Amino acid sequence: MDRTLAFISIGAVTLILSGYAMPQWAVFLTTVSLCYGTVVLGMILLVRTGLVSFGHGLYFCLGAYAAGTLKPFFGLSELVFMLIAAILVTTITSFALGFLLRKYRDIFFAMLSLAFSMILYGLLSKSTELGSTDGFNVTAETAFGIALSELEYGRYLIFVITVGTSWLCCTLLHLYLLSNKGKLAEAIRDNELRVEYLGASVNNIIHINYVISAVLAGLGGALMSISIGHIDPEMSYWTTSGEFVFITIMSGSSSVIAPFLGAAVFTSIRSFAYEYSPDTWQLLLGVTMLVIIVFLPEGLWSLFSKIKKKGSP
Amino acid sequence: MKRLVNTFVLITMILIFCPKCLSEEPPLRIGFVSFLSGPASSDYGIPARNAAMAIVSSLNAGAAPNPHNMRGFSGRQIELVFIDEAGGTTKQVTEFNQLVLRHKVDFVIGYLSSANCLAIAPAAERLKVLTILMDCGSAQVFEENNYKYVFRTRSHATMDAIAGAKYLLKIFPEIENFSGINPNYAYGQESWRDWNAVMKVLAPKVESQSSHMTKLGTGHFNSEISSLLTKKSQLIHSSLWGGDLKAFLIQAKARGLFKSTRLLLVAGEPNLQKLSGFIPDGTIVGARGMSSGMLDNQSDLNMWLKSIFKKETGETASYPVYSVANAILGLKKAYEKARLSKLQKAVPMADVAGVQEGMKEAYSPPNTQQIIESFENLSYETPNGKVSMIQGNGHQAVHGTSYGVTRTLEGKVNIENILFFPAKEVQPPGNTKSLDWIRNRLPTRNP
Amino acid sequence: MISFLAILIDGLIYSSWLFIIAAGLTLIYGVMKILNIAHGSLYALGAYTAASLSGLWLSMGFAPIGSFVIMLLSAILVGIILGPIIERGLLRFMYGRDEIVLVLVTYALFLILEDVIKLIWGVNPYYLYQPYALLGSFEILGLTYPNYNFLLLGSAVFTGLSLTWFLQKTQQGKILIAVIHDSEIAAAQGINVEKFYLITFTLGATLAALGGVLTAPMISVQPGIGAETIVLAFAVVVVGGLGSLPGAALAALVIGLVRAGTVHIIPELDLFSVYLVMATVLIFRPKGLFSSQEERKI
Repeated sequence: MDRTLAFISIGAVTLILSGYAMPQWAVFLTTVSLCYGTVVLGMILLVRTGLVSFGHGLYFCLGAYAAGTLKPFFGLSELVFMLIAAILVTTITSFALGFLLRKYRDIFFAMLSLAFSMILYGLLSKSTELGSTDGFNVTAETAFGIALSELEYGRYLIFVITVGTSWLCCTLLHLYLLSNKGKLAEAIRDNELRVEYLGASVNNIIHINYVISAVLAGLGGALMSISIGHIDPEMSYWTTSGEFVFITIMSGSSSVIAPFLGAAVFTSIRSFAYEYSPDTWQLLLGVTMLVIIVFLPEGLWSLFSKIKKKGSP
Repeated sequence: MKRLVNTFVLITMILIFCPKCLSEEPPLRIGFVSFLSGPASSDYGIPARNAAMAIVSSLNAGAAPNPHNMRGFSGRQIELVFIDEAGGTTKQVTEFNQLVLRHKVDFVIGYLSSANCLAIAPAAERLKVLTILMDCGSAQVFEENNYKYVFRTRSHATMDAIAGAKYLLKIFPEIENFSGINPNYAYGQESWRDWNAVMKVLAPKVESQSSHMTKLGTGHFNSEISSLLTKKSQLIHSSLWGGDLKAFLIQAKARGLFKSTRLLLVAGEPNLQKLSGFIPDGTIVGARGMSSGMLDNQSDLNMWLKSIFKKETGETASYPVYSVANAILGLKKAYEKARLSKLQKAVPMADVAGVQEGMKEAYSPPNTQQIIESFENLSYETPNGKVSMIQGNGHQAVHGTSYGVTRTLEGKVNIENILFFPAKEVQPPGNTKSLDWIRNRLPTRNP
Repeated sequence: MISFLAILIDGLIYSSWLFIIAAGLTLIYGVMKILNIAHGSLYALGAYTAASLSGLWLSMGFAPIGSFVIMLLSAILVGIILGPIIERGLLRFMYGRDEIVLVLVTYALFLILEDVIKLIWGVNPYYLYQPYALLGSFEILGLTYPNYNFLLLGSAVFTGLSLTWFLQKTQQGKILIAVIHDSEIAAAQGINVEKFYLITFTLGATLAALGGVLTAPMISVQPGIGAETIVLAFAVVVVGGLGSLPGAALAALVIGLVRAGTVHIIPELDLFSVYLVMATVLIFRPKGLFSSQEERKI
């Protein structure tokens, strides 16, 4: 078993165990970070392929709405079904849009995805049945058939499920990146033509990676909707996607653990900025962003890899 | 008088039995959430924050008039923790958790945006913290849920439409058609929907011509104004507010839209004085609640609020200032009522054995549970009249509203022909859904 | 008929406004390859500066017509002060980084400037409505339009024409085109590329501020006005083809007319008509309406 996988598993187990002892606010921040982390995990796969999406809020939002509308439309409020719904809806949508988007690169890919996410935002803001811009509340009443209504326990179970899902996504993505198809991602980023000459279809690989990243964003959105308890179209607004891009750049793309680290740092910074300078949190957040970009050009993960390099002879 | 006696009894008893209680108790912490950045900060969020600071420091000094003249909340000092409401629901729910769990605030007051209110309510239930939604207008919050820890000390937006339509038909019975320009988000859409529903019932012959839904913060209304000019409707219904409203008025006035068309603003009041110069005479404006700008309310409480706000900011108290007063004074009243009733219950010392524990318990500050019990169905005095928490199982405030027409004299916007609509004429009773009530009940009440 | 004409006029006015803002954005992208989100803050700064300076001018009782001069000076002031500060003080350390990173840098700058504006001007609205009605109005088929709109239209045409003249007829402009085409080769030819970056950014910032200055008389200047504007400007620039000036002009025209059309005919679609145009154009012309062919890397 390789070191990353071992690290992910140990991390997940530690989180689950310590979640019981952690103060509730820390559990909540961790849950939110894990949801963001799962979305950014997908973004990292795209970055490795050489693509940055400025519209991943689209799938984040779709996943959340797929999970949230199960109750009003089908009377279902089982957490597992909610996650499955998110996976299904995002798979279908991203598969369809993928045919179009896979031809785009660079800033054009970013901008077309932005346009799609803003169209979803517009559609949802128009649909009064779904609460328009106010959105609506989402509750998962059962998870694997267990009623979540008993309070402390229920919240803890949601936390465990979030950790479990993130662990699963992280592991699977890591394995995918090690596979032949996964390795082609970076080859595409470096030089598409060569990949084509090698006999692989660049478009197909981009398409597959796009769908995977969309599903991860959808899962993140569904999990987020369950922990927050509310969804609204803002999840598809460009600023949400912008945050994902920022966490992605901040994390660095060299490891599947990086997104979770980045997400945790980002949510903590934002939360502290909100609390300690409610009037000028934007200024504080902006300055922090600049500092990270200037001093850690390879992302937060580079801190660790640098230490590793220094440690080895 | 009875209230005065009660207060007196409470203070003396505390002083006799537990002289140190008042000074020893740590201050109560209130998380206060309002827009400190973005478009809503200017007219709503920052004035609300300033009002909270002014009110709390005056309450802490015991400077408020009767019946709110006790220092702090029955002697306990109050501390505020401020948070920005901007950034969307995910952030707001996260920050709400931080406020309650990490900063250990005892209560949370705030929220203008309906989306935030909807998202915060279940989180408040989960964390069991008494939360007061001070301003959001969506009827959905209590109509579709049953909350225990959540209160709203402003009535929801339905009555804006009902009172507005009644007022319009009274002063302008010959109206034949109208159009609308509303902000394109839930509040604006609901406002327009309610308005149409009410007009269909009260004046079915009046034609609804065209509806414009503008994106918030765009600032360019040329196309909308041209379209409205070509329609030549007799009335324009609008729930625009803040910067959008001002931009619309500046541009519409320059293009003579109001020469032939009357304007009805359901949310125009918050910043009416700031509209001096652009708002056409004869504009029908509504005030959610009995806001002071319109009713010449000379009560001590109103004078107190106006003067402390003026002292803090140098500005005139506007709509959000009154929302904050409603929320803080309601909480204060509930807290003091809970404390008093605990003491009153403890006075007949039935069981001699447990007297010390009994007294200790009676003098301990009320817990959230007890405050909620005394908050439910509470009626209390505010700077703009009496507020009764009688809807939504005792969690949703009910109060009347007024409408009037504007006339600008020497740079000051005055309101004339003010009509007051008592709560029962403009708000659905009990737990009836507002839209159902409009459709089914309104006609029988207005033969 | 009235409708058709109204759509045309409203569309043109809206397009002019869009173009002034988008021109600066596309110019900066073309030369520096930076998609500048802080353009929105510069827009807001322009509006604020004009509102306070012209407000001061008017309150001191000088001739109202002079407020137009003050407005123009405000735009130049914002551009000349902030352009170099941002370019020399921040952006030049970022050259060579990935385009997306540069977008994030300007996003951070946008956040910072939003709060700086709040710190300087507070949150109370500023007004500069006098110039809007100062020039009188004209009537066409029963619709009244203030003549101020001509100023907007004129500024847009002037901006477009003078930029084109500068790029195609002057020596400096021709050098700039060389920089746009390939900054490395240009540098190798002995062109001081950094100097052109500074000039371009200052010019772009001035245009952003000009957009804000010209809008100030029509709105209430208060926090948050930059955020919506920048997304719209993005849409225009992307539809037109990043870095293309004629593209931005055409895109501004298309988006302006489409928006005016939807407001008049199907008002329900107003909110996302702009993004529908953006998606449609990008689907059929992936790199926007006007775009230079890029060679694939081998």
